[in-house]
Amino acid sequence: MHYTPHTDSDREEMLRRIGVRGIEELLVDIPASLRNTEFSLPEGMSEHELLKHMTVLASANRPLSELTSFLGAGAYEHLIPAAVEYLLARPEFSTCYTPYQPEASQGTLTALFEYQTMICRLTGMPVANASLYDGASACAEAAILALRAQGKNRVALARSLNPFYARTVATYLKGLGTEIVEIPYTEGGQVDTGCLADIAGTVSCVIVQSPNFFGVIEDMKAIGEIIHDTDALFVASVNPVSLGVLAPPGECGADIAVGDVQVFGNTLSFGGPYAGFFAVAAALMRKIPGRVCGMTQDREGRRGFVLTLQTREQHIRREKATSNICTNEALCTLASCVYLSLLGRQGIEELARLNVQKAHYACEVLSAIDGVTPYFSGPFFNEFVITLDSAIPLDALEERMLKQGILPGLRLGRFFSDLERCLLVCVTEARTREEIDRFAAALKQILKENL
Amino acid sequence: MSEPLIFELSREGKRGYTFPECDVPESPLASLIGTRHLRREPAALPELAEIDVIRHFTRISRLNFCVDTHFYPLGSCTMKYNPKVNEKIAALVGFSQLHPLQPPQTVQGMLRLLFELEHLLCEITGMDAFTLQPAAGAHGELVGMMIARAYFARAGEPGRNIVLIPDSGHGTNPSSAALYGFEVQGLASDASGRVDVKQLGAALTPRVAALMLTNPNTLGLFEKDISSIAGLLHDNGSLFYCDGANLNALVGLAKPGDMGIDILHTNMHKTFSTPHGGGGPGAGPVGVKKKLAPFLPVPRVRRDDARGTYFFDGVGAGDSVGRVHAFYGNAGVLLKAYAYIRALGAEGLRQVALDAVLNANYLKELVSACFDIPYNSGPCMHEFVLSAARQKEHGVSALDIAKALIDRGFHPPTVYFPLIVKEALMIEPTETETKETLDTFARVLCEIAQAAEHSPGTLTNVTPHTTPVSRLDEVSAARKPVLTWCAESGREEKDSASGRQRR
Amino acid sequence: MKKYTKTHEWVEPDGTRATVGITDHAQGELRDIVFIELPKKGAGVSQGAACAVVESVKAAFDIYAPLSGKVIEINPKIEEDPSLVNQDPEGAGWFFKIEIADAAELDGLLDEVTYYKLLRGEAQ
Repeated sequence: MHYTPHTDSDREEMLRRIGVRGIEELLVDIPASLRNTEFSLPEGMSEHELLKHMTVLASANRPLSELTSFLGAGAYEHLIPAAVEYLLARPEFSTCYTPYQPEASQGTLTALFEYQTMICRLTGMPVANASLYDGASACAEAAILALRAQGKNRVALARSLNPFYARTVATYLKGLGTEIVEIPYTEGGQVDTGCLADIAGTVSCVIVQSPNFFGVIEDMKAIGEIIHDTDALFVASVNPVSLGVLAPPGECGADIAVGDVQVFGNTLSFGGPYAGFFAVAAALMRKIPGRVCGMTQDREGRRGFVLTLQTREQHIRREKATSNICTNEALCTLASCVYLSLLGRQGIEELARLNVQKAHYACEVLSAIDGVTPYFSGPFFNEFVITLDSAIPLDALEERMLKQGILPGLRLGRFFSDLERCLLVCVTEARTREEIDRFAAALKQILKENL
Repeated sequence: MSEPLIFELSREGKRGYTFPECDVPESPLASLIGTRHLRREPAALPELAEIDVIRHFTRISRLNFCVDTHFYPLGSCTMKYNPKVNEKIAALVGFSQLHPLQPPQTVQGMLRLLFELEHLLCEITGMDAFTLQPAAGAHGELVGMMIARAYFARAGEPGRNIVLIPDSGHGTNPSSAALYGFEVQGLASDASGRVDVKQLGAALTPRVAALMLTNPNTLGLFEKDISSIAGLLHDNGSLFYCDGANLNALVGLAKPGDMGIDILHTNMHKTFSTPHGGGGPGAGPVGVKKKLAPFLPVPRVRRDDARGTYFFDGVGAGDSVGRVHAFYGNAGVLLKAYAYIRALGAEGLRQVALDAVLNANYLKELVSACFDIPYNSGPCMHEFVLSAARQKEHGVSALDIAKALIDRGFHPPTVYFPLIVKEALMIEPTETETKETLDTFARVLCEIAQAAEHSPGTLTNVTPHTTPVSRLDEVSAARKPVLTWCAESGREEKDSASGRQRR
Repeated sequence: MKKYTKTHEWVEPDGTRATVGITDHAQGELRDIVFIELPKKGAGVSQGAACAVVESVKAAFDIYAPLSGKVIEINPKIEEDPSLVNQDPEGAGWFFKIEIADAAELDGLLDEVTYYKLLRGEAQ
């Protein structure tokens, strides 16, 4: 297969026009000693062969369409309206570049402006950017913003922050020599506010997730009040689906709200591409990382959109930029913009409500099984932790469930040594009552056999 | 622009999507969650029917130029044609509906693909090991800096804190280095537009951690002295970082690994033709030489050779810089790059580089009479940089030329970059453009150049008139940023952006 | 008497205090100024070191302190309306006032005649 359009006579004619006898004369700058044409790559394929090969690889996977999944932990299976995929496939959106030339990019810019507005309305924050890589890097960028703004080379992370996010933050901060302190959780699974009060005064920011990694809803208003008695910035990492029913970070005093919009119309795709959202209080507007779209007018007074506040960015400010990010996740934000337009004011509330109801139903039926106990007592959104009192190792249990086509949730032992016997179970609107009941029945059976 | 914003199209009570009915017993939210945590009123998202949403986004999509509709010769951005079969592949449920935390036995096809992609990239670039985690090129640069820092910490040389960057480098280079705590030191280019080897030699102190170099550089020139540059760096105990944004010119011809490069980031959305999406998603895998492999981010994809199965290794060799992405990077992008490489094979990839170089030199030749071309002592690689300095004497700037091109149906080249060329117009035709397109573009560009000399008034500060908007007021946009829409005032939430912080 | 720097700042001493701004030439080069980041009141600035940032749409420039001292007042009007610096750079568009730390530093600065000579030199 090749995607180069020239015929051999095109190439000859072009070489003649350039005034060289052969293509080699154009490559003279590459020293002969560096020319290396030994490539042990597989032979190319026709489109048909390629499709067959890729289908074989795809068939070696068991996608969620064949399984009943209760996995969450930062990536969520939600229903995606057909219209989202349909619009995303438009080449005008998918095969264009970053909208540096606004006159030729009003489509992308309009969608970005609408996306920013939707994020602001959901989070209750006044300013949002056009996206970062994912929720994890958004947390890391929030920490870096805070370090620069507040000056203390120390940040606090709730222990109940998604451990993938926490590790990413730690990786980003290693080069800056930043000290990271952890705020423990209580028996309810919530941030220990006593400990928070002790630490907040010593750090540039506190990052708290709600619903947290265990699905537990934090008392964000109380946390906001504690942090606001200090100089620290309050960074709220939130699952934006929950904002259909939960109080927005802006109302809880957050200075920065971050999260991932994978949940809004983006396929799971084995972990990416997703898109991090990043929203800030007004005073931090010029410290925000990444691209920002703004509204303005053309010479005839017509409304139009441009990338603005560009002096923060790497292509202008170089080593003094607020972040190094260039390419972000524009197409994923478009998916969420279309998704949220389809849902609307009622739909987002209904989506969140469905998640709460189904998760609570699942927690109830699972907890009714002998040997299954909810681990945390705090209120939860669409995820919860159960502990299994049984002789069966959890990996064996997972294997048994898989035979019945069920992914029972995430084993937490690999992240938290105190949660060795715990599963993090996620239930979204994509699960039916029948599937939840089947999960409970299968679990009951396995536990009964292994008493 | 005539299309209203989605918020202006909103009518109370409309819905564009219906969820299945709740099939479980329901309880009031206040009793399940507690009123304290609940939202007082729903988020003010727009309310529309499905057809309204489809029409709105279809209409605004038509306000964009894109590769499928226009020649898009943005230098350094490699806007080549994106094969459609790859979209079909990425949409296979066997790829798109995989949860990142599924047990490894349920994702063997995906793990194998990622494992093989790492090896294909090693073969193409001559590097020894790859990580696929970085979500874009700049993310890859940051990861490269992390690796360099970890390497020197391990080697007991934490004092190596300077990264050298030529003045022709991408803006992401200095900002990536600075973001990870390195001190950035610039290097001026020599008269030919390449690294000044003497100056580099003088800059190499024991504090230098690395040189970040783009090759071919942003002038589209191959760094001929690259082997001596590598020698100088290595003699000084420093690392050689290559920004692989321009790998498109080298695939199948030469391997960065043979040039003494220690760390290389690649851009799947440039070299391997995954669509740009209006600014992402991309993917920026990073390759390293053997001595740096232990520092690559975790998790790593591994193969259990005995069983022929694949798995994630979350620990790595123990010296890993850590995790840089929530999961494993942009798998949905990486698989398109994999498909592209497999479709082309070695011969196809070589043709990519050859035609990229041919197209750039052909186009340069066609326009060379009409524009100044600084640093033009020989052939270029995949791109070249014109200067509109001559036109500027008549008052016509590079930006004016860019806007004139829009009106004539072409996306403009990259303007005002690299910074070392006055009134720069950086042109990268890519290998997927036809001779006919290049001929037409060259003719139009030369007509504009002639107009600049004979009737500059028709170009200066003129605005595109075929586009949905004319030149936009970027000054007002930056002075009083309007970043969100506010229905109530018919304008945006003005005060929100200029409010005071609580402290 | 007003003094100038080679980096196009001006400073007008008034007893132990001085007002600082950028020259008309500088604002002309920058063109439309969209944002100015001023030092905080109470902050120390030292001669020749970056103390403020001026931004146009596609560029950002450091402003260097002509004298060392402590910032005692900033001009809130230019924060609100940066175009004031374009309109009246050496009057209403002043940046900040300092308490002079070392009056001897004034001797190293350019007087008006020398500064304008320098500008003409630049133009050639």
